[in-house]
Amino acid sequence: MQFDIFKKKRLSSLLMLAILAAFTYGAMIITQYDVIKGFSSIPKSIHWGLSSFYPTAASLDNLPSILIQLGRTVLTSVAATTVAAVFALFFSLFGSKVTKVNNFLSVLSRGTATVFRNIDVAAWALILLFSFGQSALTGYFALFFVSFGFLTRAFIETLDEVGGHSIEALRATGASYPSIIIQAILPSSTPQMMSWILFMVEMNIRSATLVGILTGTGIGFVFDLYYKSLDYNTASLVVITIVIVILILEYLSNYVRRVVL
Amino acid sequence: MTTLLNVQHVSKQYGHDTLALSDVSFSVNEGEFVSVIGPSGAGKSTLLRCINQMVDTTDGEIHFDNAILQQMNKRELRGLRTNIGMIFQHYNLVERLTVIENVLHGRLGYKSTVAGMLGLYKEEEKERGIELLEMLGLREQIYKRCDQLSGGQKQRVGIARALIQEPKMLLCDEPIASLDPNASKRIMDHLKSISRSMGITALVNLHQVDVALSYSDRIIGVSGGKIVFDGSPKEVTQEIIQSIYGSEANDLMVKLGGQNAI
Repeated sequence: MQFDIFKKKRLSSLLMLAILAAFTYGAMIITQYDVIKGFSSIPKSIHWGLSSFYPTAASLDNLPSILIQLGRTVLTSVAATTVAAVFALFFSLFGSKVTKVNNFLSVLSRGTATVFRNIDVAAWALILLFSFGQSALTGYFALFFVSFGFLTRAFIETLDEVGGHSIEALRATGASYPSIIIQAILPSSTPQMMSWILFMVEMNIRSATLVGILTGTGIGFVFDLYYKSLDYNTASLVVITIVIVILILEYLSNYVRRVVL
Repeated sequence: MTTLLNVQHVSKQYGHDTLALSDVSFSVNEGEFVSVIGPSGAGKSTLLRCINQMVDTTDGEIHFDNAILQQMNKRELRGLRTNIGMIFQHYNLVERLTVIENVLHGRLGYKSTVAGMLGLYKEEEKERGIELLEMLGLREQIYKRCDQLSGGQKQRVGIARALIQEPKMLLCDEPIASLDPNASKRIMDHLKSISRSMGITALVNLHQVDVALSYSDRIIGVSGGKIVFDGSPKEVTQEIIQSIYGSEANDLMVKLGGQNAI
């Protein structure tokens, strides 16, 4: 009966909505969240932001040291991403359905990638703090692990998508595995892989700021320092420089994508 | 005439209960143009891929050029594949590379791993590639990227890639299934003339019965993983079409009638 199907669907979506509402309400009670107060504080916080969170001429004196730290953060993110990409390439070749050497390696590399990807970058930073202490190396490895997991996954999907047909053709000519990878797989998948790497660099610069607060390095630490010493003017300058760098990178990576694709 | 390919009692099983081919036997003489017809899922593609061992057989033996495929190791198998060119329905080119690069891929089977990885092609190979492309009417496209070509042009690149292997045999898996009638005719004409002039044996999977009848020396009809007909196109009757295609045959009768009228 068609009527029943529609009725059933409507009922089940209503039920879902009711469950969601119940959860939200429950969470509000537990956390003692006041909706009206929450919304009415927005104008207040905007007012506070505009009145104290702006750079002044005095804070501009700190600009050179901010830029040095920002540069370090950007370079750390780029280094973590590119090195991760090299490792991810090999793991994805073993992991992809179309290029795998055998099932054992395929499952192993997919599994490794999943573990590294699903642990958050902040969690990695906390774990690594024990081994490397508060140094740039901690941040670098945290970014590296997450990028490695993410890029392996992304590369596997890319290979699965582009590889199949041309691999079959080259196998049929009697070409060896390494020749097939270099002559057919890499040419057809590099543009997409490049695009993923650029995306990862952007992501990493954003994460690096947060990780820096934890590890006490880079631009994140600089922000934390000024913010906690109540120097809101300089802290706002830090935020503005981060926003500018992210916008520039966004523009650059879009440009590179256009050229490569 | 010497026998180039001899398929003896070949079966192929996927998983536990899917029998794609069951006890298939036939032989193909040197220089013959043979079409394999049959409904979708009859096992045509599997049959073709068993011959160059892209799919390994569950049972039976395949003799090619006096060697038994089932006894070959990996290296010998690669050597065998250099002697068999393959053409695909979806062309299977590396779309982002140029036409000539795709054609030269046909030579990779003859190269050492290092030479293959670095793409070191000899001057003669490049000249041969250009010669083949000119023969197939692609002189203007030699340095174009493959994603800029039409379907018919891509298939001609696929043919050039197969021919540069200097193969004894061509396996064509639905070569015209994705092409319009004009391009289809052109591709079939090329395949036929290549087979004639170069003496290359061709085994072609076809969906179009009328095309198979007008181009082939011999027709093999496959249905449900078994060979139900093996003979010259002249012997194909309405009843045989019926036995190959079953209930689908009614749609095909019109085509067969049209063919006979011409």
